[in-house]
Amino acid sequence: MEHYTMNLTLKVWRQKNNNEKGSFETYQVKGISSEMSFLEMIDVLNEQLIVEGKEPIAFDHDCREGICGMCSMHIDGRAHGPWAQTTTCQLHMRQYKDGDTIVIEPWRAAAFPVIKDLAVDRSSFDRIIQAGGYVSINTGNAQDANSLPIEKQKADDSFAAAACIGCGACVAACPNASAMLFVSAKVSHLALLPQGAPERKERALNMVAQMDKEGFGSCTNIGACEAECPKGISLENIARLNREYIGAMFAGDK
Amino acid sequence: MNWNTLFSSSIGKKLQMGLTGIFLILFLLVHCYINAQIFWNDGGQKFNEAAHFMANNPLIRISELGLFAFLILHTVQGLSLYFKNKSKRTQSYKVSAGNATSKWYSRSMAILGTLILLFLVMHLNHFWVPSRITGLETYTFNGVEYHNLYAKMQLQFKDAMVVTIYTLGCISLAWHLMHGFYSAFQTLGLASFKYKSLIKTVGIAFSVLIPLLFAAMPIAFFLDLIK
Repeated sequence: MEHYTMNLTLKVWRQKNNNEKGSFETYQVKGISSEMSFLEMIDVLNEQLIVEGKEPIAFDHDCREGICGMCSMHIDGRAHGPWAQTTTCQLHMRQYKDGDTIVIEPWRAAAFPVIKDLAVDRSSFDRIIQAGGYVSINTGNAQDANSLPIEKQKADDSFAAAACIGCGACVAACPNASAMLFVSAKVSHLALLPQGAPERKERALNMVAQMDKEGFGSCTNIGACEAECPKGISLENIARLNREYIGAMFAGDK
Repeated sequence: MNWNTLFSSSIGKKLQMGLTGIFLILFLLVHCYINAQIFWNDGGQKFNEAAHFMANNPLIRISELGLFAFLILHTVQGLSLYFKNKSKRTQSYKVSAGNATSKWYSRSMAILGTLILLFLVMHLNHFWVPSRITGLETYTFNGVEYHNLYAKMQLQFKDAMVVTIYTLGCISLAWHLMHGFYSAFQTLGLASFKYKSLIKTVGIAFSVLIPLLFAAMPIAFFLDLIK
């Protein structure tokens, strides 16, 4: 791919903290390389702001290789930008051309309050995990793989659900700000395996109760979450969570 | 037992929407079958006989109470979910993904439902109120007294305005079903794996065919295709 440089106009959401109202600021960045990642482009802008004596833009990031779930950003109306199954850190500037204007907003959801600028507080996800996203029975040491037979299909589905990095793009993309795709992935990857199965009913009930308590919206099966998920988590998981939950709801033993 | 979660949790409320939705889908099927009797073009005798059966069968009468109850539950719960969900994003996006990540009708269930509700008020006033409360003209055929609901249809659908509103009502219904049919099964956890494509296909066919048949009725009367 041919290398080129570009000048861009950025409209970035600036907000001092959760108590103060935010607004968009317009910035110009020059000489951005097409080989930079999106976050490196923001780094360039921040360097520029520091030199100018202005407050740099706060944004979440950590591994910058698409596996940690820290980066966020709603870029031109799309969670993690325009590329399918790609986190913001893996979005590269070759997507853009000279003279483009890019609008960057934080995840917007009542359950994800803005900490500062583009960084939002996603600890509501941690509290959902604390409500049941674990195995608390004693499973002992890792057993010989052959002593615990698991269907190939189930192992694959469980692994696909476990790919969820908890970034919150599903909430950001959902018109209802629902966290169902996240919760369904976390419930699914445990419920599909024998180690997670004994606690499946309590897990589904408790995690959904916590999800509702945190102030996420309810799922209306629109499917924007699946379209925006950087890890390709399928709506299949939401159907499974519904089955798990309805099963637990009417179960005689809980 | 956690039955209370049917009323308190988000999934429980969605389950109410899905189950009442499936009941309403079954009602549409019966309603459409009965009404399609007008297409025999026999002066409405077969249709009036079917309507007579529906009006006098005690099981149907009891189901009608259920139908109204479920319709109200579906409406109230649907609107309440809509407003609750709206409140979960206090600051809206300056730029939104729009049709790039989802279908417009999936995002418009509340407005489509409201349009159907408005149509329904008019529709009940046209046919249900006269046949159950204020009374219709009657005639005797083979010693049985029938309400002439067919004549009421003929009369009502002479008006171009009424025919237009009925057609628009059917279009709203089609788009509402286009999402609602699949969504009900997804909420029940059934639209997965091997059933997903079957449910989607049947859903699209149902959403197109049933409203099309319904819309054909006022239009056929208006154009004098059936007498």
